[in-house]
Amino acid sequence: MKKDIILAGVGGQGIITIAAAIGFAAIEAGLHLKQSEVHGMSQRGGEVSSHLRISDKEIASDLIPFGKADMIISVEPMEALRYLPNLSPEGWVITNTKPFINIPNYPDYEALMSEIKKLHHHVALDADEMAHELKSPRSANIVILGAATPFLDIDILKLENAIRTIFRSKGDNVIETNLKALHAGKEFADREVVA
Amino acid sequence: MNKLLLLGDEAIAQGAIDAGLSGIYAYPGTPSTEITEYVQRSKEARAKNIRSSWSVNEKTAMEAALGMSYAGKRAMVCMKHVGLNVAADPFINSSITGTNGGLIVVSADDPSMHSSQNEQDSRFFGKFAMIPILEPANQQEAYDMVHYGFDISEKYKVPVLLRITTRLAHSRAGVNRKNFREQNNGSLPKDLRQFVLLPAIARKRYKILLDNQQNFDRESNESCFNQYFDGEDKSLGILASGIAYNYLMENYPDGKMLHPVLKICQYPLPKNHVERLAKECEEILVIEEGYPLIEEMLKGFLGYGLKVKGRFDGTVPRAGELNPNIVAVSMGLKDTTGNPVPSIVTTRPPSLCAGCPHIDSVLALNDVIPQYSNGRVFSDIGCYTLSALPPYETINSCVDMGASITMAKGAADAGLIPAIAVIGDSTFTHSGITGLLDAVNDKSPITIFILDNATTAMTGGQKSAATGKIEDICRGVGVAPEHIHVINPLKKHHEENKKIIQEEVAYMGVSVIIPRRECIETQKKKVREKSKSKAV
Repeated sequence: MKKDIILAGVGGQGIITIAAAIGFAAIEAGLHLKQSEVHGMSQRGGEVSSHLRISDKEIASDLIPFGKADMIISVEPMEALRYLPNLSPEGWVITNTKPFINIPNYPDYEALMSEIKKLHHHVALDADEMAHELKSPRSANIVILGAATPFLDIDILKLENAIRTIFRSKGDNVIETNLKALHAGKEFADREVVA
Repeated sequence: MNKLLLLGDEAIAQGAIDAGLSGIYAYPGTPSTEITEYVQRSKEARAKNIRSSWSVNEKTAMEAALGMSYAGKRAMVCMKHVGLNVAADPFINSSITGTNGGLIVVSADDPSMHSSQNEQDSRFFGKFAMIPILEPANQQEAYDMVHYGFDISEKYKVPVLLRITTRLAHSRAGVNRKNFREQNNGSLPKDLRQFVLLPAIARKRYKILLDNQQNFDRESNESCFNQYFDGEDKSLGILASGIAYNYLMENYPDGKMLHPVLKICQYPLPKNHVERLAKECEEILVIEEGYPLIEEMLKGFLGYGLKVKGRFDGTVPRAGELNPNIVAVSMGLKDTTGNPVPSIVTTRPPSLCAGCPHIDSVLALNDVIPQYSNGRVFSDIGCYTLSALPPYETINSCVDMGASITMAKGAADAGLIPAIAVIGDSTFTHSGITGLLDAVNDKSPITIFILDNATTAMTGGQKSAATGKIEDICRGVGVAPEHIHVINPLKKHHEENKKIIQEEVAYMGVSVIIPRRECIETQKKKVREKSKSKAV
């Protein structure tokens, strides 16, 4: 088993939390893991990505070679497209459709969506809207994680445990809404993939 | 087994705690910051009374670490690569004085300049100081090398340089811990003149360092971190150092190597291994993260005639960070890539956060400068450097910590009057105070903005040494009290702030304006922590 994952978003959108959840679950499953993060200057509202590699064998490189990633998990639609050179031809793109607009020349939204629809394998969902419906607007990243679960080959119970661990200090309510967010994303993706 | 999931930086910190560290000294700098932060957060470190608060700059950190070593205890000092420039004087001289308690200097390089103004390679500094250098390939080695590094340091009484790069510093993997080692008891150096670098003593000390070179060579030859792997196809031998070895191995998925491979993670170069590689192979490919240091060294001790491929001949790009694809292409393997980035995708450069106090400060300044002419605002390193970019385009220089004040002074000396400096609170205490004294002594017509957001913001909000002290420092250095102003950088105060700025910029002497408002990120963090403590 080997999964090479590119996580993408804008500084401050919580991609490290997604990485941490998958990381906890992978370690619990006895897998090897390497995860490179972005710290420093680009966290100030810039584009950020993380390479997350999990495998039942030793992992050599901290970086995923171009054209080899199994999936791109993105909390922002334009950022999902930025890393297409990393994605393998059979790879999946799981992305939020809610744009994060902090630059004056953000592309036309319709044109952006048509680029995403062109992708062979994709799951696109408005995670912000779904998180809002759950009355937990800060859980959009966990909705996206949920939408990626059909592709991760990791037991959902282990991901639930990871969420309990990560949000333990924030209290039971936060844990519960994030678990709901995880399942909302998962259900969406399950429907999409079957269709 | 006690396996932890750690960043490379955190592995170093945990390694130091477990190897009997007594104190860590550092000034924040990406990608080195998380080493010291980890020790600061560690309950174990607190229980063991390991000293870990931030230093004012890398030079004071290096000197304090050397003082702890003098007193017989194990010390670590951490910095980003350009921080080693600041600490260069004590660093180079510490190889001459030698050490007493173990001393490890960690320098974190930033190839491809993710968060830096250059991509200088700290291994050159290690070679310059003629001390052993360790360069881990992975998080486990980063952990293990701290223990080993303290051993080498105490065996030969020299500092050891631990060099990492961004990718290892900020990448996480599982790390096995070793048994814990107690801290040293305090002890004075056997020779109380060891650290007195008067010429007569320094010559003797330098001789000791030179005599030790053969010991360092032997340690490298015997080191478990330098490994030779034989391969069938000897038309090419590959020499890969540090993290570059991982990118090489990514191209051998079954772990079987076609060509002989020499993995180097400890310097000086292990001559026995290198000579074997050179003798047995027709050509040598050097893959190293950073400048072509090994390539230069190979030519040095093996003479000419050896065919070496690497960054000099373009087999590997001359600049920038490596990755598995670059390494594959350099080995003659096929490159891989996915679909191109659609043309619709635009860049998203870092920017000042919404609500950042610096925004109001530079907007007020932008309203005053056009009365003169553009091109007179000198700055340096911090979040405020981002005001060089649109929509602000305020500052005209960023060279090194503190250079805002001194460059403004030099430009004013050359007739660019008025000249303006923009510096942050933490940068001011790091390297701005001495320059301010120069300006005061010369009565230079400059206006200095000390943007006080009460934190070291760019690196993630560490405690600033300047907090609560800036006006006193300025007065103490000799700035006239009537030319020191504290303003509140908020939109609603724009007009009154602008008026103060106009008056002080027009003043023909040193004036200091301190826009003071807390960093929006640390403010948010405080609110989050408050609600978190309520939830628990």
